[in-house]
Amino acid sequence: MNAVEAAGVWKFYGDFPALREVSFGAAAGGCLALLGRNGAGKTTLLRILAGLARAGRGQVRLLGGDPRDRETRARVGVLGHGISLYDELSARENLELFARLYGLNDAPRRAAAWLERTGLERVADARVREFSRGMRQRLAVARAFLHEPRVLLLDEPFTSLDDRAVELLQGLLAEAVAAGGAVVLSTHQLREALELATHVVLLVRGRLAHTGERTAAMLEDPGWLYRQYGEG
Amino acid sequence: MRERILILLAGIAAGLLAHNLFIILLQLPDERLQGAVFRVIFFHVPDAWTAFLLFFAAMVASILYLATGNLRYDAFAVASTEVGLAFALANLVTGMIWGANIWGTPWTWDARLTSMLIGCLLYAGYLMLRHAVEDPTERAKNAAVLSIIAFADVPIIFFSIRWWRRMLHPEPVVWGGGFMSPDYWRMLFLNWAPLLLLAAVLLAIRMRQEEQQRELEALRRRAHAL
Amino acid sequence: MMRFLRQSLAVAAKDLRAELRTKEALNSSVAFALVILLLFSFAFEPTEDQTRQIAGGLLWLAFAFAGALILNRSFARELANDCLDALVAAPLSGAALFLGKALANFVLLLAVELIALPVFGVFYGVNWTRQLGPLMLVVVLGTWGMTVVGTLFSALTVNLRMRELMLPMLVYPVMVPALLAAIQLTSPLVMGQPLDGELMVWLRLLAAFDIIFTALTLALVETVLVR
Repeated sequence: MNAVEAAGVWKFYGDFPALREVSFGAAAGGCLALLGRNGAGKTTLLRILAGLARAGRGQVRLLGGDPRDRETRARVGVLGHGISLYDELSARENLELFARLYGLNDAPRRAAAWLERTGLERVADARVREFSRGMRQRLAVARAFLHEPRVLLLDEPFTSLDDRAVELLQGLLAEAVAAGGAVVLSTHQLREALELATHVVLLVRGRLAHTGERTAAMLEDPGWLYRQYGEG
Repeated sequence: MRERILILLAGIAAGLLAHNLFIILLQLPDERLQGAVFRVIFFHVPDAWTAFLLFFAAMVASILYLATGNLRYDAFAVASTEVGLAFALANLVTGMIWGANIWGTPWTWDARLTSMLIGCLLYAGYLMLRHAVEDPTERAKNAAVLSIIAFADVPIIFFSIRWWRRMLHPEPVVWGGGFMSPDYWRMLFLNWAPLLLLAAVLLAIRMRQEEQQRELEALRRRAHAL
Repeated sequence: MMRFLRQSLAVAAKDLRAELRTKEALNSSVAFALVILLLFSFAFEPTEDQTRQIAGGLLWLAFAFAGALILNRSFARELANDCLDALVAAPLSGAALFLGKALANFVLLLAVELIALPVFGVFYGVNWTRQLGPLMLVVVLGTWGMTVVGTLFSALTVNLRMRELMLPMLVYPVMVPALLAAIQLTSPLVMGQPLDGELMVWLRLLAAFDIIFTALTLALVETVLVR
């Protein structure tokens, strides 16, 4: 049984089919890169996997359970386009809030540990509103990982990250995979993402065009896969 | 087949209505105190009963939609609410005609009319909400929630407004059970029948329209997907 | 149960903390309430006696209109930075999220009202503290009714284009019984009448409204939050 499973997923926005008959699985201990141009449906698919939206048709399973189940949600980490942090709260307050929402008993300690890990301990009590972009992203990463999720769903996580943040994220993801977690991340074709990936899935206009292992060829020339499927 | 049933029902409704109107206008004597315009009550009161029934049905359909996810219930809910709103407005208009006749002024903040007016605002809000949401599933879901809240509120609204008016105007309302002869009661119910039939016909037509709209959307989706 | 409460309180604390740091909604709401009170006194120039008689309507209209600003902000504040997504993805029941936000809104609404009341007393030259205890009870009950319905509709309308218009249009008709009861109770209390006799019917109505709609909104909120 795969850690992440999608079967026959369709999603409609009014008339428009954003996803058509998408079926794939991501195993534990692996990292799946979800490739596709803008508008191919990557974000839509990730949102459905994360339980933020409902599939029009088809089924989604995370760790064998419905993404909307609370027990399942407690073991899933989500990093979307927005940083999902409150500007008016301090870094520490943000992390403690989410630690509490995820049912962690030692929220202050956990938050402090992650602040150190992401190099933000010196600005722990400053408001997020004052942070630079790189700092915000590192904090967002802390928020996504702090409850030690078994499944990680990330939407274009490496886009416009500074070097420090890229290094941090790559390290955390590698750790998660090594510990037996499952990672699904979407990306255009960034090398940083492809390096980590063990498997690759390509979405073309809402349909699954390719699924398979991530090959060395893909790493050398990320655009290769797109050209295979006429995406140029 | 379906069209024929609807036409049949409409025909029966029309027939009953004609029959009733004949009696109402020509055979029933003028009511002692209120004169000829009093006859509008035979539409005014059943309009309210019909509107309530339709709003109640809409709430039930909304609950069923939330429980099953079947959009057919959503189509029923919107059709029922729209037709109910039409009857509610008819109730208000006939009430104002009657009021203008008996009290000299169309609007006197009478408890029943005021409550019905608030009900109209509630359900007009329901229709506004539907127009504001584009995704059909989201629309159905949010509208269902509103429909349930609205109908739960209806009895509370009626009670509160009635208590408010009773505190201000302790005299009894002019017409009531005691003032009406059995002939009138019989006619009230007799006239409710064609109105119910009319409601059923309108409901069926509107519901079919809503479902056809959805079929069209689905076909368009499939065409896009090809 | 404990977890539910802890999560609700975490959400409530978060909302209050964020609002108290910017005071955007709070300031505009207080300003709006004061402007309404001011405009009414220009428009109608009531005598002290008249004011006491219409105090209920005057105050609750000001509370209702100013309150809409706070209620609107409630779920709207989650849209920035995609915070709503993170909340919905967290293992937080819809009811816990709703309750947390409702509690925060309740506190903020009360704050606006407790600022508006003394200002009302000063502008209109009215002593409104003769039945302070019962009056506070009515304020609390009426505000809770408005909070609970308004918070649900804030969630319902969060993604709509015309949210600022739709929220009041949907909330006010639903609120009619509670507003009516609150108004009918407030005027006599401001006039110094004790809370008994016929007024108890209004109090019971207000309490019933609160109980029914708290239950109903808690039951329906999960449906509204997952799209």
